[in-house]
Amino acid sequence: MAAAEGIDGGAEVRLHELTKTYGSVVAVCDVSVTVAPGSFFTLLGPSGSGKTTTLMMVAGFASPTSGEVFVDGRPMAALPPQKRHLGMVFQSYAVFPHLTVFDNVAFPLQIRKTSRLETLHRVADALELVRLTGYERRLPRQLSGGEQQRVALARALVFRPRVLLMDEPLGALDKKLRAHMQLELKHIQQRLHVTVLYVTHDQEEALTMSDRVAVMQGGRIEQVGTPAELYDRPASRFVADFLGESNFLDAVAVSTERDGRWRCRAAGGLEFIGVGAAALAAGQAVTAAVRPEKLVLAEDAAALGAGANACKGLVEEAIYVGDVTRYRVGLGADGALIIKMPNRFAARSLASGAAVALAWSPDDTRVFPRATA
Amino acid sequence: MKETVEGREARRYLSALAPALVVLAALFVYPLLGIVHRSVYKGGYTLDLYRQIFRVPVYLQVLLATFKVSALVTLVCLVLGYPLAYVLATRRPRTAQLLMIIVVLPFFTSIIVRTYAWMVLLGRNGIVNQYLMMLGLTSTPMALLYNQAGVIIGMSYVLLPYMVLTVYSVMRGIDPGLVRAAHSLGASRLQAFRRVFLPLSLPGIAGGTLLVFILSLGFFITPALMGGPGDVMIAMLIEREVEITLNWSFASALAVVLLALTLLGFAGYNRLLRLDRVFEGRG
Repeated sequence: MAAAEGIDGGAEVRLHELTKTYGSVVAVCDVSVTVAPGSFFTLLGPSGSGKTTTLMMVAGFASPTSGEVFVDGRPMAALPPQKRHLGMVFQSYAVFPHLTVFDNVAFPLQIRKTSRLETLHRVADALELVRLTGYERRLPRQLSGGEQQRVALARALVFRPRVLLMDEPLGALDKKLRAHMQLELKHIQQRLHVTVLYVTHDQEEALTMSDRVAVMQGGRIEQVGTPAELYDRPASRFVADFLGESNFLDAVAVSTERDGRWRCRAAGGLEFIGVGAAALAAGQAVTAAVRPEKLVLAEDAAALGAGANACKGLVEEAIYVGDVTRYRVGLGADGALIIKMPNRFAARSLASGAAVALAWSPDDTRVFPRATA
Repeated sequence: MKETVEGREARRYLSALAPALVVLAALFVYPLLGIVHRSVYKGGYTLDLYRQIFRVPVYLQVLLATFKVSALVTLVCLVLGYPLAYVLATRRPRTAQLLMIIVVLPFFTSIIVRTYAWMVLLGRNGIVNQYLMMLGLTSTPMALLYNQAGVIIGMSYVLLPYMVLTVYSVMRGIDPGLVRAAHSLGASRLQAFRRVFLPLSLPGIAGGTLLVFILSLGFFITPALMGGPGDVMIAMLIEREVEITLNWSFASALAVVLLALTLLGFAGYNRLLRLDRVFEGRG
């Protein structure tokens, strides 16, 4: 099986200062990124962030206003989509409704005048890859959404492209199926070593599947990194907010400590130490971000070591969500913090109104410059 | 439980359909039965009139000519209408809207006025011939009127919007993403059209040709005004029996034969194209 799949590693995709404007509207601005051969790369952003436009420029369905797309160093600008030899999976599946599963998957091979025997083998392999063996004679309308998307995937892989482009391919599926397909996609990608350029607005999806993620906003890339880098060391407030969940504390940078750390004071007088995500100056307005699961009760703070940040507050709200309980702890003039505690410690659930002491590590506190009006 | 819900729903649909059904029954089914009855009843039930139709060659010849002209008109409408519908369906909405108004505009004028307009255009010294001679494409005026060419030009013009609208409505439903997907899989524009767009627009072609063909069969005004003495269509023959010969029974028999042949053609067509199964499973 593995030999028959035969994609000899993915190609490198390089976007060089890619810009796309529609009239006076800038859809994509100066996007430069290099996707390593055989890696899973995700463009993540809210709608209107330019991620789909970027993908369409790679596919050839939109032409860049300036900049260039290189696949294995070859410029793509002069090539129409059908000559780029890139596999593509669309959000709407785009499975041909008048063709059977077999004919759908055989389509790119027939276009390429592959021999009948070879086509039979390759289609069979592709269908086995997406676990649709036995579905050959069915029509798309007889398939579920997940099955149709797998047909689209088999069809995009059967001609052995070295790059696979995916535009929110799981967006139309329900939550459970989506989670399942995420893993399946990841496994297929790892097996074929194909380079995947994936577009999604779902941060969980991006974190689950990607080797590297580019977070986009307003047509620009905010940050590129591995999922762990983005989650643990967001470079901007936007990234901290868009990826996962964060508590934000507006404060002022007071003084610099060792290792790029800053002592900050929040409006209500709470003092804490955090890591500067950018160059800061004393007296500068800043926003600090802390993940809810990094906050612990003071009695569990031993593991954090000396010098941990601490504060006191009152439990305002407790919401049980199954695996964890989320508490909102009011800090008075400093606002409130959300903390997430795993429900392993069921006996220790806190009641609304309880006084608690919280602690968290300076290393888990990211400090961003804040634009002041 | 489920069945009662469905039953209630069926009743609701039925009550919505009722006014139309009543009108159809009173104004269409009842007179149709009257025509059938008149064609077989003359003091007693007899098939004499039908025997006469099939014994005298002229009636079958006219029927055959009617089907032939209708087929030609359908073909002309398809060849002209399909590309037009394609442009309508694939252009930006604003442009498409404007073009659509132009397509529908002729409906606002009486068919008689439009037919006379064509007679002015196509006459021996009409504008079309003047231009043809001015461009040196022909030295003597071409006979474009009072012959089969005139009939086909006139009828195609009148029926073209029916073809365009029917094909367009199907094309509008084709997801442009499918053509895009075909390109991403390596298909050229021609390949994407031939292998994806064209097959998906087939129901539109089927519906449009069927509609135009059936409308052609009953055409009366255009062939009467633009055709020559040899271009008699079955509807003209029926009219003659009604208006001149006053032989309503024979007119009825001719009408029934036309209806029967039309239904037969419809059934055969449906079977040939398997319209109902184009998007169904092939089991």
